[in-house]
Amino acid sequence: MASYSTNEFKGGLKVMLDGDPCSIVENEFVKPGKGQAFNRVKLRNLKTGRVWERTFRSGESLESADVMDRDMEYLYNDGEFYHFMEPETFEQHQADATTVGDAAKWLKEQDVCVVTLYNGSPLAVTPPNHVILEITDTDPGVRGDTAQGGTKPATLVTGAVVKVPLFLEIGETIKVDTRTAEYLGRAKED
Amino acid sequence: MSDALWRPTAPLDNLRCRASLLADIRRFFSEREVLEVEVPVLSRRATSDPHIESISAECSGDKAYLATSPEFGLKRLIAGGFGDCYYLGKAFRNGEAGGRHNPEFTMLEWYRHGWDDHRLMIEVGELLSRLLKITRVCSYSYRALFLQMLGLDPHRATFAELKACVSEKLELSFEPAGRDECLDLLMSHYIEPRMSSGITLLYDFPASQAALARVEKDEQGVPVARRFEAYVGGMELANGYWELTDAAEQLRRFEADQRYRQENDKAVRPFEDRLVEALIAGMPDCAGVALGVDRLVMLACKAERIEQVIAFPIDRA
Repeated sequence: MASYSTNEFKGGLKVMLDGDPCSIVENEFVKPGKGQAFNRVKLRNLKTGRVWERTFRSGESLESADVMDRDMEYLYNDGEFYHFMEPETFEQHQADATTVGDAAKWLKEQDVCVVTLYNGSPLAVTPPNHVILEITDTDPGVRGDTAQGGTKPATLVTGAVVKVPLFLEIGETIKVDTRTAEYLGRAKED
Repeated sequence: MSDALWRPTAPLDNLRCRASLLADIRRFFSEREVLEVEVPVLSRRATSDPHIESISAECSGDKAYLATSPEFGLKRLIAGGFGDCYYLGKAFRNGEAGGRHNPEFTMLEWYRHGWDDHRLMIEVGELLSRLLKITRVCSYSYRALFLQMLGLDPHRATFAELKACVSEKLELSFEPAGRDECLDLLMSHYIEPRMSSGITLLYDFPASQAALARVEKDEQGVPVARRFEAYVGGMELANGYWELTDAAEQLRRFEADQRYRQENDKAVRPFEDRLVEALIAGMPDCAGVALGVDRLVMLACKAERIEQVIAFPIDRA
């Protein structure tokens, strides 16, 4: 397996640290004028999402991690596993609820999301930045009160709950930013 | 990156700021009658400093090295009786690249005949106040700052105590190998980021980090290096010495450096024996200091990274 020295560390590089695959977030060279050189590195643990800060001696190296991001179509959930398919090869992968994590509440069948593979198996799932989903439950719209610009919670078809303007009704489809769970607007009817 | 690599990384305003700082530096020394001199950038001798690497070159079929600082040439001029002088130009250090480092950089270094480290430290404060328009100058001994920030006496703490302090404050991928590595880690990772935005002058370094400074006993009877550093807003800017003038001691330190290099699988290159010869011939008492000019420009134009003040950093050079 290839390894990388501290001077090759850069944002996005995937390496192994303490047995876990990590993505380098930041690498800063630190050297007192008359002292030893260090690299102060921020790494995101790809299993837990936690960001670690670690100091290395300059010149130390880490093994590369066999991690890659793939665009895949979300197929279905069989009650235990989420199934994804690579659109080019039709190769299918299954991921458990822990792996899918928070992404689950945004996954709609046939949407394309990013599946991170580690040694060939799904490690994490990132939903598309913007999704279009139907409102399945919300309090009735309050007409005439929209000038106040208030919001109310709405449950979407995938289970996510987002804040929406008061005038929206059950059955409408809306566009949401999955990174912030923010309502972006009514989805345009095609 | 799709950025065109022929393009400069520094905006024009920052290069204007650099040009005006260089002019201000030259005016400062001209007013004080310190002579600007040039010394070799290409030399047959290299640094022996265990933590600084020279860049090798080839000249007339023989090995040569790019100077890691102008100190050897300047001291030979002092020994030659040339009086107060300064160098403002390029220096080179292999492998040093990052937000505050470029392998090729601009250094200001000057020497004051008959001065000690404390007198020169005051002049460094004056230069920085004038160039950066900062009035707040604080000075501490290395011990006082460690005591204040970490409750630890850096000269007396045991290796075990220092290691415990490091592991409480920082996450490392390695075991610190000695007291100095612990001190370097605490200084660069813990103390520097917590320094004030003004000018901080730090003096009386551990004797083990003396480099080319004299070692003398401080008021507590502990041997300390008569060396100082200047920081602005936690950024290390300058390093100065009350210069060692004892030829035998200088030779011992060069040889110790070379031994350390050999034992630690680092390149062993010819050291500056002509400085030892100059010291044997006799060098007057003097103090000298080196200052990183690129970082000064960074501070003056509030740049976050060194490539914002260098037209073509190493990736585009």
